[in-house]
Amino acid sequence: MKRPRRDLVWIPTFALLVAFAVPWPLWGVDRVVAGLPVWIWWHVAWLGLCAVLFSRFARSGAWERGMGLRGGTGEDRSGGAAAGGDRP
Amino acid sequence: MTLGLSLGIIVGYLVLALLVGLVAYRVSETTAEDYYLASRSIGTVVLLFTTFATLLSAFTFFGGPNLAFAAGPEWLIVMGTLDGVLFAVLWYAIGYKQWLIGNRNGYVTLGEMLGDRFGSTGLRALVAGVSLLWLFPYVMLQQMGAGEALVGLTDGVVPYWGGAALITAFMILYVVLAGMRGVAWTDTIQGLFMLSVVWIAAVWVVSAVGGVGAATGAMLEARPDFGSFGGGTYSVGFIVSTAITIAFGVTMFPQINQRFFVAKSGETLKRSFALWPVLVLLLFVPAFMLGAWAAGMPVDVPEGANVLPVVLNEYTPAWFAALVIAGAMAAMMSSSDSMLLSGSSYFTRDLYRPVVNADASAEREAWVARIGVAAFALLAFAASLFRPGTLIEVGSTAFSGFALLALPVVCALYWERTTRTGMIAGVLVPQLAYLAVVLSAVAGFVPTLPRTVFGGWDVALGLMALSAALTVGVSLLTAPTAEGDASRFAVAGD
Repeated sequence: MKRPRRDLVWIPTFALLVAFAVPWPLWGVDRVVAGLPVWIWWHVAWLGLCAVLFSRFARSGAWERGMGLRGGTGEDRSGGAAAGGDRP
Repeated sequence: MTLGLSLGIIVGYLVLALLVGLVAYRVSETTAEDYYLASRSIGTVVLLFTTFATLLSAFTFFGGPNLAFAAGPEWLIVMGTLDGVLFAVLWYAIGYKQWLIGNRNGYVTLGEMLGDRFGSTGLRALVAGVSLLWLFPYVMLQQMGAGEALVGLTDGVVPYWGGAALITAFMILYVVLAGMRGVAWTDTIQGLFMLSVVWIAAVWVVSAVGGVGAATGAMLEARPDFGSFGGGTYSVGFIVSTAITIAFGVTMFPQINQRFFVAKSGETLKRSFALWPVLVLLLFVPAFMLGAWAAGMPVDVPEGANVLPVVLNEYTPAWFAALVIAGAMAAMMSSSDSMLLSGSSYFTRDLYRPVVNADASAEREAWVARIGVAAFALLAFAASLFRPGTLIEVGSTAFSGFALLALPVVCALYWERTTRTGMIAGVLVPQLAYLAVVLSAVAGFVPTLPRTVFGGWDVALGLMALSAALTVGVSLLTAPTAEGDASRFAVAGD
């Protein structure tokens, strides 16, 4: 099963999500916002973003296509394709 | 009197946890043969929490707050990144792939999967042996954590060895009485309990010191360097290499790696994947911030004690402090048991049966596993008495040891050209090198090899690169053996 080219966008997306879970741009910054150092808020927000994007990845069918399986809910599949993640 | 109360609560809770495990085991009515098959039906919540249970260890409850107390709250960033994000990505790349392969071919352990793919009992035994080797310091870590926790809670009245012995006794009892099954739902109950209790503790302590802003203010007054991101212990090298080695290491932990085979469906893995960063954050924020805030509190942390019990003792009633410590110890006990049980399946399936006694009866195998677990836990207890490092140091050593397995496994999963010789070279050489580094620190008669280079970069990271280079390089130089079968790892088409 060929994967659509837009699935490849997930690779740099994941790389970015991992890389910037560490608040590198705030290196050395010591501002306190709402009771906590601002870089802790960056991290909390970033992990929230990760959860949202991870769930999109899992639901878009890219999860299955990434392993060479039929996409579960991708638009390019016209019906019939059960969730590919279940027992093959 | 409060001392008696605290100890009563701790022992009582541990006994209760033991009884719950026992009842769960009796109710589940599984026989030795269908243990693994029964496990293949694990659903989302239970999968999520049994995996989560690995986080519920002394490394998180005691080691993490201790490091945040000593060096600053950046530990939250390191652990959140590696566990919440990088591990989640590996969960997909390694875990889901292993689930697909295991589901087709009925594998139960990592060694079994690799041994079958490459037609090599030697590789199977090597992977199992390496896994058991690094499981040892991680079990030892739980004993060290328990020992230090009781020192902190009782102001040193209960000696370090007493706490370590207590948890060892319960670990062995749990395995022998509750049988050779990790009962995943006790992990779930413990996980939910600890998650709630850590938040209650955080709210209690924070309101006692006048709110989050006041706690942070006091922390910054005592340790102005805690406010700015990075610096001190937290060099770029430390952050990057700790995050990478631990995240890759976690995927190769026997009880985690085995979970990749046992999910009921791919949907289960998917749902757990998306929930993971949130769950991780929920545990780490209160636990590590309490440790960091303690730097600004008027508490006196005795030498060799954990900071969290000391803080709880100061700001919460004795019964609550004891309950948190008891809960933490019980969670550590049940996660050590999952580790010991997975370890014992590695031992019997991948070492004892294929190498020592192929015709052993199921009953004999079960006994070998039980005795093996007891001996393993006792040896780890003996080693824990020497306290070879801080909780974080011992834990990182174990994680790094497992991490060295990860890249050869990724090669095997994704690159058909990988050969048996490539795998053996890629696993064996970095392990020997890392073992030399670790043992040189323990043995007095040889010069200690450096663990970190260039300001905080862990040598294990270099050895991970070496493991990948050797696997790929040697595979290219050698021909696939006739016994190997790359199609075993195919997941699409029939």
